[in-house]
Amino acid sequence: MNPKTLIESRQLELIIERLCFQLAEDHGDFSNTVLIGIQPRGISFAEKLRTKLIQVSGCGNVPFGKLDVTFYRDDFRRRENPLKPGDTDVPFSLEEKRVVLIDDVLYTGRTIRSAMDALLAHGRPSAVQLLVLIDRRFSRQLPIEADYIGMQVDSIASQRVAVEWSAKSASGKVMLFTS
Amino acid sequence: MNELSTNHLLGIRDLSSADIELIFQTADSFKEVINRPIRKVPSLRDITVANMFFENSTRTKLSFELAEKRLSADVLNFSSSGSSVKKGETLIDTVNNILAMKVEMVVLRHPDPGAAAFLSRNVNAVVINAGDGTHEHPTQALLDAYSIREKRGRVKGLKVAIVGDIRHSRVALSNILCLQKLGAEVMLCGPSTLIPRQFAELGVKLSYDLDETLAWCDVANMLRIQLERQGSPDDVRYFPSIREYTMAYGLTRERLLKQNREILIMHPGPINRGVEITSDVADHKNSIILDQVENGVAIRMAVLFLLASKIRRN
Repeated sequence: MNPKTLIESRQLELIIERLCFQLAEDHGDFSNTVLIGIQPRGISFAEKLRTKLIQVSGCGNVPFGKLDVTFYRDDFRRRENPLKPGDTDVPFSLEEKRVVLIDDVLYTGRTIRSAMDALLAHGRPSAVQLLVLIDRRFSRQLPIEADYIGMQVDSIASQRVAVEWSAKSASGKVMLFTS
Repeated sequence: MNELSTNHLLGIRDLSSADIELIFQTADSFKEVINRPIRKVPSLRDITVANMFFENSTRTKLSFELAEKRLSADVLNFSSSGSSVKKGETLIDTVNNILAMKVEMVVLRHPDPGAAAFLSRNVNAVVINAGDGTHEHPTQALLDAYSIREKRGRVKGLKVAIVGDIRHSRVALSNILCLQKLGAEVMLCGPSTLIPRQFAELGVKLSYDLDETLAWCDVANMLRIQLERQGSPDDVRYFPSIREYTMAYGLTRERLLKQNREILIMHPGPINRGVEITSDVADHKNSIILDQVENGVAIRMAVLFLLASKIRRN
């Protein structure tokens, strides 16, 4: 079956802008906030969001790190296709910081569970929030919910949600694949 | 490819160049982990590893043990001195008794060539060879090649000399195989008594002149002269005296200065200062001996992690 487009490029830009305003409302001048993108697919989204956030909020810089959670997963020995670890690049301490974890799709919640575990290796944050572009609701295997959500999607396990970013512009689209 | 092609690490011979590259990439990630404030990840928390050392070892054993602990594995340490091996128990029996305590992985150091391969066929556990006699020592070769890659950005096309006691070294064979798989050229150098002629069949260059070798190579890996194997047990002497060996094959500052270019200096340890390498060379800025030790932990973490991810739990 052909993939269904859930979010078109113009709509995606608006969603990112809205998420930035929500973040700005909660975090003020971002002096004590850091953004952490989750490898591999949270990174492009987090980078685009951060660029927009700097424009929208007017603050010069928001610290940004990349977190790989492969070594913290509870399912790395149960998967069909083994995972390849990505880079972790958190060039600052998270001690007493407000951390916003960023990923593209929230599904079972297991990646986020691993990410919270992985974060603690870099210090004890004062708070951790979760921002996702797509929330595949009603499919959680753990009690985890996002604080900022681009769009909620109803989907079944056999379907796959993928975000495709265009290389040049700040936009992309979100597709739903049914096999 | 995200998975190794083998279920055990018995020797470099069984690895493809893609396997080696995967181990290196995974080690890059672990190198970042071991330089964090909290140097530990929970990946192997459900795995028990037995370190079984039937021969003396300090750094390999410590390095494996640290790698296992950094991955949160449970660790059992066994050494043959003071054990039932002295009472005549066979290798398979000893290992099976330990496996009966629910151990998933065995790291084996043994004086007999082929011991690790033998064990892997006869017991139900993942086996990692930590040195089998004068045969192979795969993790040492991996960490050596990884250290070269880290300092020079590549291994392919480099000229690497392995100097010294090739005859009694397990590091030499593994290193030759590993470097060749990664596209480096290898030259062996030492007194003819310490270079068995069969090594020529591996497609390496042989040299009996250290200055000629240094003029050729980009990297010099200085092996330890195994003094304990000189003159015993059958009173074979491979060279007239330590002093004479040092004059012909010892790496000195004067020898390096003559080359007038940067040669990377390596040594798998333990160093006989003043025999195969002088102190000023061992502590020189081009010497990466301590980087090798640090990389050893990252490489062993990568090997343990990749092999453990092939143990299925359902």
